[in-house]
Amino acid sequence: MDALLFLTFAGIAVLCAINLILQTHPISSALSLVGVMGALAVLYLLLGGAFIAAVQLIVYAGAVMVLFLFVIMLLNAQAERTTSKPAIRAWVSVPLLFTFVILLASLIIQRAPAGAAVRFGEFTGGSVANVGRALFTTYLLPFEITSILILIAILGAIVLARKEI
Amino acid sequence: MPTSFIPTAADLLRLSPDIVLTAGGALMMVIEPLTSAARKARMAVIAALLIAAAMALSVMAYSDPGTSFSGMLVVDGFSTFFRILVYGCGLLTVLMSVDYFKRERGSESGEYYVLIVFSLVGQSLMASANELVLIFIGLEVSSIAGYIMAGYLRDDKRNNESALKYFLLGSFATAFMLYGVAWVYGLTGSTNLDTVRRAILGGAMEQSGQMLFVATALMFVGFAFKISAAPFHVWAPDVYQGAPAPVAGFLAAGAKAAAFAMLVRVAASAFFPLTGRWEMLMWATALATMIVGNFAALRQSNIKRMLAYSSVAHAGYILVAVTAQSEVGIAAVMFYLASYALMTIGVFAVVTLVASKGERFVEIEDFAGLVQRQPMLAIALTIFLFSLIGIPLTGGFFAKFYVFKAALDSNLTWLTILGLLNSAVAAFYYLRVLVVMYMKPAAEGAGPVDPAGIGIKAAIVASAVGTLYLGVYPSAVLDFAGKAAQLVK
Repeated sequence: MDALLFLTFAGIAVLCAINLILQTHPISSALSLVGVMGALAVLYLLLGGAFIAAVQLIVYAGAVMVLFLFVIMLLNAQAERTTSKPAIRAWVSVPLLFTFVILLASLIIQRAPAGAAVRFGEFTGGSVANVGRALFTTYLLPFEITSILILIAILGAIVLARKEI
Repeated sequence: MPTSFIPTAADLLRLSPDIVLTAGGALMMVIEPLTSAARKARMAVIAALLIAAAMALSVMAYSDPGTSFSGMLVVDGFSTFFRILVYGCGLLTVLMSVDYFKRERGSESGEYYVLIVFSLVGQSLMASANELVLIFIGLEVSSIAGYIMAGYLRDDKRNNESALKYFLLGSFATAFMLYGVAWVYGLTGSTNLDTVRRAILGGAMEQSGQMLFVATALMFVGFAFKISAAPFHVWAPDVYQGAPAPVAGFLAAGAKAAAFAMLVRVAASAFFPLTGRWEMLMWATALATMIVGNFAALRQSNIKRMLAYSSVAHAGYILVAVTAQSEVGIAAVMFYLASYALMTIGVFAVVTLVASKGERFVEIEDFAGLVQRQPMLAIALTIFLFSLIGIPLTGGFFAKFYVFKAALDSNLTWLTILGLLNSAVAAFYYLRVLVVMYMKPAAEGAGPVDPAGIGIKAAIVASAVGTLYLGVYPSAVLDFAGKAAQLVK
């Protein structure tokens, strides 16, 4: 059952991700991204990361994507104009990409130690309490430093977007 | 898991430079809108004072070295050296930016200095982090501030192009690095560098050796991007050319030093057991970086673009010392970055002045007759260019000397020979600037260079004095680097 759910949602995530790149209209791409994020949330849930799954849905699929869509609609973005790229790029990059992915996948399948395989339902440390405790003890410093990132983002928005400087 | 989440006094002391910079930066954000346009220059003064305070605190923190915050942060000679180095770069950048923004904008703008201060927090964390998650966050703090700074004059198309390219490629490279970190965590169960090292020594290598190499290779992509090593250097010329000249200097000196600090620490601690496997990769990258940087720089006519390729080439020399994988090598990396920071900031400060309003004069030909137009500036530029070539009595000479000595000590004979040949090629394009500056008469319409303000003058003088100091008395810095290098384990 778990494996079936995993394959279904992993498949949805991959398909949505591919669709995101292939679509030319920004709205379609953004909606595909919502699909990716939703499917990922289910995967986190399967792995026992209940809190992360909830955050993924609320913050990413919810808040972030709504803002994305707002911006796209406000700017009234049209379908992308495709520029004539040299065909050689696609001929080189796509096979390279596939080689890379297949290489990584085969390595994982062949070489991953059997003991390290994921078993669904085994991990139980994904509750709010566990995550919170880790964030405020072991990972206190990175957690606090992230706030600087947000400050910089605010500053960047002011610098790059306000009317007159 | 520690029971208390209240940091101890020792923890706070070790983090104090970053705390001061963060709190000060936040305070500056509050003060900025309250300051009238005529008094915005105060923001630069506040930023400079904050950075100086952070420097003093990082020296104080070194009196009690050790790890803090569950092994996240480490204060040792290595991190202290790089902290002071990046703060120094930040200070010089603040000094040389004052006049630049007055000239380009007609007024100061305070947010710029806040960005420098925050970016320094990130760089100092990159240098002192002992944990992959913290390294990543430090890197992002530094990079995102850098993206914004590169596009700071948003009405300038070159700035926009620079910021956008830097942002897109930078995020892409960071994703690779993060993917590598995820693999490392999956294979060793930890992101703490010491724990990762123990896990690798304790059997993770036999169990999943090849996966570990893939993990390190993925992380290396991210590192190589940040230090602008070939073939991940393509962003550097466009970004340095388009960004405001002081920002380009800051990225080439400070951001690069911090990125090297993080690469060296990760290679020398967590992945030390993999040294043998890294070597081939490093060897090839170092050589490719030197060749690409030097030969591309030969063909540039824009001085900022030429300096960008030269910065790629210098990353190659530094990688030679990283390839040596020895304490001497690490000390050479530290010394090289210190002297490179001084000379590159110096050159960019001179370029800032010569470029004039709107950065109109950034072709090498625009330096014609500089010796008549502005003799002191020409002398300063000569010192910096001599140092970039590696001529004795400048910091650049000893930097190259120690790098190649470290390589020879580690039996990298071929890499040393090829590196020396490369630095001979490099001499050509630096000398071309000197020839234009001294031999060619100034073009019609090239008026006298604007008189330099006090800030940029101070930055140029400080860089020139520092460059000469490292060239005459390298031992003080080198001894400290040598001692600090032993601790990176």
